[in-house]
Amino acid sequence: MSAAAHSVVEPSTTSKRVAATLVIVYAVVSMIPLFWIFATSFKTPPDSIAYPPKIVFTPSIEGYCNLFTTRTRQTAEYINALPPATSFCDETTRKRNMVIAGPSNFLPRFLNSIVIAFGSTFLAVFLGTLAAYGFSRFKVPLADDLLFFILSTRFMPPIAVAIPIYLMYREIGLSDTALGMILLYTAVNVSLAVWLLKGFIDEIPREYEEAAMIDGYTRLQAFWRVVLPQATTGIAATAIFCLIFAWNEYAFAALLTSGTAQTAPPFIPTIIGEGGQDWPAVAAGTTIFLVPILVFTILLRKQLLRGITFGAVRK
Amino acid sequence: MADVRLKGVAKAFGDKQAVSGLDLAIADGEFVVLLGPTGAGKTTTLRLVAGLERPDTGSVHIAGRDVTRLEPSARDVAFVFQQYSLYPHLSVFDNLAFPLRSPARRMSEADIRRRVAEVARLVRIDHKLENRSTKLSGGEMQRVAIGRALVRKPSIFLMDEPLSSLDAKLRGELRLELKRIQRELGATVLYVTHDQIEAMTMADRIGILADGELVQIGTPRAIYTEPANLHVAARLGQPAINLLPRGLLPDADAPPGTATIGARTEHLAIDKAANGHADGVVDWIEHLGDQNHLHLIVGGRKLITLVDPDTPFGKGDKVTIHFRDPLFFDASGQRIGG
Repeated sequence: MSAAAHSVVEPSTTSKRVAATLVIVYAVVSMIPLFWIFATSFKTPPDSIAYPPKIVFTPSIEGYCNLFTTRTRQTAEYINALPPATSFCDETTRKRNMVIAGPSNFLPRFLNSIVIAFGSTFLAVFLGTLAAYGFSRFKVPLADDLLFFILSTRFMPPIAVAIPIYLMYREIGLSDTALGMILLYTAVNVSLAVWLLKGFIDEIPREYEEAAMIDGYTRLQAFWRVVLPQATTGIAATAIFCLIFAWNEYAFAALLTSGTAQTAPPFIPTIIGEGGQDWPAVAAGTTIFLVPILVFTILLRKQLLRGITFGAVRK
Repeated sequence: MADVRLKGVAKAFGDKQAVSGLDLAIADGEFVVLLGPTGAGKTTTLRLVAGLERPDTGSVHIAGRDVTRLEPSARDVAFVFQQYSLYPHLSVFDNLAFPLRSPARRMSEADIRRRVAEVARLVRIDHKLENRSTKLSGGEMQRVAIGRALVRKPSIFLMDEPLSSLDAKLRGELRLELKRIQRELGATVLYVTHDQIEAMTMADRIGILADGELVQIGTPRAIYTEPANLHVAARLGQPAINLLPRGLLPDADAPPGTATIGARTEHLAIDKAANGHADGVVDWIEHLGDQNHLHLIVGGRKLITLVDPDTPFGKGDKVTIHFRDPLFFDASGQRIGG
């Protein structure tokens, strides 16, 4: 393809520019809310509710201070009697006539989110890979009906069954437990995982496993050594989909968790400051909440793009 | 290396009978080629020997041992596939080492290195051991695939059209190399192809399959000169044998019961028509370079034969045709006088 000038497969410079412009415009538009949240997290509470909104402002980490702490109002005499402030957060809090009373619940809620989202993603992808391999390679009786049944669990919005699940969970003691949330999110995600992964595994020629089995490996060993390495692209894509759902899920989390197992999404909106919603703290919580999924996606991006079987397949 | 026997093997996929009543014995060190069109049961036969399919009836024996119920990994066979031949996530070295690293084998890493180096030299890929297998040319890929089969000295090599996805020039080169390697190792090979040149040049014996049955097996020469029936006769020879109804041309002492006369190039004597008598007309001449295909029209039928490049014939010439010891077939297609 050296002759790019009139090539059929190589797009022209004009169409490349048009495409680039469209992509950039779209990216900017969809980044505005993210930028807004990010900017708000570094505003002071008065700046965050200023009208017209401040585009230029003096950044402050007060929102992050408020996110990680609880504070109590004190008299000026009490505050003046205290030893000098040891941190920026101490100082800012005192300026607002308050003292830090202790850590907030944000960190445990955030850790809950990590355990539940990653746990359920791992489980859904693990079960999904095995099921997809089975459907792809073996003669499963009623395979089509089973696959349809698996898909059918996604026909209604999961929240439609919220009340029965709430009652069931209360009965069997899974309410407000990390295990309960992991099982729930796994159940929702596993159907997606099976269908996505079946597509990916169907595309891996059977000859590879057959060759491995003739070469002295059992089917399980062949699956592990030959199929999985070639399915990494599909597994990474599926894991990202599952993780995004489990990480962002709000409705079930709000309904089924209230204390020890509460995840970040129902917690963040409840952050209340002096005189109403503490928007910088909420924005700070949201910003931190975005980080793990961002890191996960960036880490797996290489896997997603690599397409390792490309070029090895001779047709 | 070892001998392989198939006894009364049959295999059906749903309604389709892929292989039926197959008896085949391959001697130790023998190169047997199964030749037949798509769907004749060639690949199924290989997969039955490898253990990738279980026969419905019959048994498979390798080195005198009944392996019918054994898993592929327990059979000590090697398989070269037509495509998807290399593990794309592994380097050339790791591809070659893969069979040796199987948990069942437990070979030391030093022994693996030595063995891989040895085989890499044999298939002439030792300069590319560290390459990713996806970065090889088609011919190199198939050489590595053959190397992977050679690396663990199995009792039999099963090859499923290993050269068919390559271009003609490479196919010719690898054909010679494969035969050289097989001779050097004294390897037992069961080789499947639909390419008659591969069959003729490499095989000790050729087995002709049709509709899941072994129609005939014999040396390439025997299959060519003494085909059992019309089907076998039509499989070999370039251009394909001319099958003419009896009586179209003056038959050379056709035995009683002859319905069809099969005539290859060497069975035909063609001369320019003289003194008013002619059997056919030259339709056109295909120039292939080293030789020409002469297309004749005889009584409304087409007849193709080889002629020298300096042929005196031209389009529209009238010719006389005489059989020279052709093949005779009866009404059911069986050859007479075999």
